[in-house]
Amino acid sequence: MNWMVALPELVLACFGMVILLVGVLQRGRDTFQLASMLTLGAFLVTILLVIAGARGFGYHGQFVTDAFSLFVNVLVLVGASLAVVGSLDYNEHENLRRFEFPVLVLFATVGMMVMASSTNLMTLYLGLELQSLSIYVLAAFARDQLRSSEAGLKYFVLGALASGLLLYGISLVYGFAGSMQFDQLATALADPAHASPGLIVGIVFIIVGLAFKISAVPFHMWAPDVYEGAPTPVTLLMATAPKVAAMALLVRTMATPFGHLLQQWQQLIVLISIVSMLLGAFGAIGQRNIKRLMAYSSIGHVGYILIGLAAGNTVGVRGVLIYLVTYVFTSAGAFACILAMRRRGTMLEQISDLGGLGRRDPTLALWMTVFMFSMAGIPPFSGFWGKYFIFTAAVQSGLWALAVIGVLTSVVGAYYYIRVIKVMYFDTPEEAFDPRPASLSTLAAATGLFTTLFFVFPAPIVGAANAAARALFG
Amino acid sequence: MNAAGFPVLSLITWLPLLGGLVIMSIRGDEETVAANARWTALWTSLIVLALSLVLWARYDEADPGFQFVESVAWLPDWGITYHMGVDGISVLFVLLSTVLTPICILASWESVKVRVREYMLAFLILETMMVGMFCALDFLVFYMFFEGVLIPMYLIIGVWGGPRRVYAAIKFFLFTLTGSVLMLLALLAMWYQAGTTDITVLLHTTFPQAMQVWLFLAFLASFAVKVPMWPVHTWLPDAHVEAPTAGSVILAGVLLKMGAYGFLRFSLPMLPQASAELAPLMFALSVVAVVYTSFVAFAQTDMKKLIAYSSVAHMGVVTIGIFSANVQGISGALFQMLSHGVVSGALFLCVGVVYDRMHTREIARYGGLADRMPVYAFMFMLFTMASVGLPGTSGFVGEFLVLVGALEVNFWLALFGSLGMIMGAVYMLFLYRRVIFGRITRDDLRAILDMSPREIAVFAPLVVLTFWIGIYPSSFSGFWDATVNAMASQHQAALHAGHADLKLAGVRP
Repeated sequence: MNWMVALPELVLACFGMVILLVGVLQRGRDTFQLASMLTLGAFLVTILLVIAGARGFGYHGQFVTDAFSLFVNVLVLVGASLAVVGSLDYNEHENLRRFEFPVLVLFATVGMMVMASSTNLMTLYLGLELQSLSIYVLAAFARDQLRSSEAGLKYFVLGALASGLLLYGISLVYGFAGSMQFDQLATALADPAHASPGLIVGIVFIIVGLAFKISAVPFHMWAPDVYEGAPTPVTLLMATAPKVAAMALLVRTMATPFGHLLQQWQQLIVLISIVSMLLGAFGAIGQRNIKRLMAYSSIGHVGYILIGLAAGNTVGVRGVLIYLVTYVFTSAGAFACILAMRRRGTMLEQISDLGGLGRRDPTLALWMTVFMFSMAGIPPFSGFWGKYFIFTAAVQSGLWALAVIGVLTSVVGAYYYIRVIKVMYFDTPEEAFDPRPASLSTLAAATGLFTTLFFVFPAPIVGAANAAARALFG
Repeated sequence: MNAAGFPVLSLITWLPLLGGLVIMSIRGDEETVAANARWTALWTSLIVLALSLVLWARYDEADPGFQFVESVAWLPDWGITYHMGVDGISVLFVLLSTVLTPICILASWESVKVRVREYMLAFLILETMMVGMFCALDFLVFYMFFEGVLIPMYLIIGVWGGPRRVYAAIKFFLFTLTGSVLMLLALLAMWYQAGTTDITVLLHTTFPQAMQVWLFLAFLASFAVKVPMWPVHTWLPDAHVEAPTAGSVILAGVLLKMGAYGFLRFSLPMLPQASAELAPLMFALSVVAVVYTSFVAFAQTDMKKLIAYSSVAHMGVVTIGIFSANVQGISGALFQMLSHGVVSGALFLCVGVVYDRMHTREIARYGGLADRMPVYAFMFMLFTMASVGLPGTSGFVGEFLVLVGALEVNFWLALFGSLGMIMGAVYMLFLYRRVIFGRITRDDLRAILDMSPREIAVFAPLVVLTFWIGIYPSSFSGFWDATVNAMASQHQAALHAGHADLKLAGVRP
């Protein structure tokens, strides 16, 4: 049994327990910052292990480390690190200084990494639940606040429902195909003509369960409320790493065991994609709260990402991965700006609070502008490249309806993104925000530079995404 | 490397951005920052202008192909390169952009008082985008610059614009973006078909007839908004009215040319069959634009709006020229674009001069300015005549050639095209009479001052250019004659190949 392939996950989990012990043993002292730093260190070590680690199958083929999981794991770890950095200052101010916070992020990350590598429906479920349970707790982390508890509870109830649907789908697939192993499923389902209706229903349930996790329409209802209610660093986390992991999981599950049934599930993905893009675009227009706006925006982005999956080939998956990279950095940056919205010690969440930011804090306004233009897909920012490679897949696969609806909804989306810019630059100035902590300035600057300069040298990331997509389709 | 011996196109493209970075790093109190930002922007744009004159001096007029070519691998595995170069139809627009930018910066020297640093930064970024777009020889590079223009222009209209600036800025942004994203799909389809986004390769790729029509419509969506053609021109009057003077100058002078340039660079040469097939549609839209917007212009009470509508009419003449697809038509379109860039820019500056003094653009608020502002009256007269197309000014050459080109296609087309010219004379002279002549009836106009030396300096190069194009046009057409001849004959060849159903069109001529 080749357990070395799971070394990064194992090491990270051990780190998590050590940090937990450190926190417990230092009882009484303020260990939040220490635990956060240790977590960031653990993430860094794990990234190196992921890159240098062994490749291949392990645990009787239930677990795999390939170019795809490598790409996703690095991205997940980076996204989680950004969330931890984003929490450093926020948690201090909002009285969430508890060492469990980074540890929960860490365990959620372990779950995400397992999700990216699973080649068995059971492993898949275990990873997904580890991730979800940690994030349920994180969403309710501000336990004295009604909104946060409500968010946690809502997320938990709906998430549990989704998990139930997913499990039901898994059991149907197991019952009709006789295996939970991806490679055996792929062999068993090689001939689409023999796919029984029960199996198709199982696949549909699996898609539905995972659509909950990526907040695709019509299973998106939780997203705006949970995004709004959860502490902002948790929202940052939910918008980045878990999205990547769940999307990767969906891609791997659809591509490997059910790859031959493309005809069967493609229509469903196309439909989900179209309604997600439409709702993401139109639902966001009326929003006044910037966290809710980001929730709708993420629903829309999921719609675009699903275009790549609907294409169901290497080009499509490459587009998915590039889009995820640009999306993680852009939305982490946008949340860094939202985290900086504090006036006289109170966090602000209304879009109108950004009024006149261009005069009060030109640097922050500049970065926010970059992130908004990037989300709208305006070149040269990185968001454009994500859309570029996604629409490439749609055009090459002849999914013209998706492509046309996609570009048109991106124009509608652009409306609310540039409205944020309008508030910052065209409106009369509000009072200045409190001074920004160094951690948020660094976070915004780092993600902002990535977003701005992605176009200069995109070849390595595009190349890596290509290799990862190839690994999936052999 | 190229005729200049150094990467001149990249230099003039990216140098303004460098100037922008310098401006961003200026520190100090507001006054110092504003003064330094103005001077940095002016010097940057003047250096860029000086460098771009290298193009004028070293351009080989006999060569119809691309010159000063630069090529750097960008995404080599996917057939995308950073490829720059100019040919006869783009070289003069690079120069037009580099000439107009310092003029705009000088024109906003005193009229822009708030957030000077950001204003100058936006103009320098805008210059990078404009120049880069005309130089790009890779479709993706072109697209990035083409869309990138939206960012600074959105901010220029929205931050320094008039009372309805938010509406105008968002309308401008969304209209243009809608067109561009459809072009993006065309880009991707062409990329898939040809395996590269290199324009020099795409120019020699034959696309299937059915695909051509779709591609043409996607391009039309993008370029028609930018030109703008009727009926998607409605963003233009709003954007012009609300934009600050210099913003209007760049909008009319360069941004509108981007659409027509796109037709010339992509639609006509890459999709010859579709261009021929859909030419009647283009003519119809152009004729409507010429006749209808001329009438609309006549009904305006706002000076800027009047000139904005006249721009739509003039650009209608340009599209007639382009799609008549013969040497005279294309050449005339290029003259008209160049002339319109100078003249309408100058007319917006003329409006800006009195707006800075009176803070109104209502035609009815003026009258009898000839008494108080003789120099201004002369300038306004000159550019009004150029806009009308008086022989000897730049406007005449383009309109005349386009009409000759249109006459080769269809008599009625030429007739309707010339109707626009008559209407143009009507509304422009009407505007001139009401603003300049008559008696001064309003007291505040009695104290109005004539143009300052700075303002005269702003206008001087435009006056020179207007006469230069009008009196000695061949010093400009020399640049594009070879390219346009090659283009027109290639177009005919492609059409014949298509008609004879020979598959020869894919062979490089």
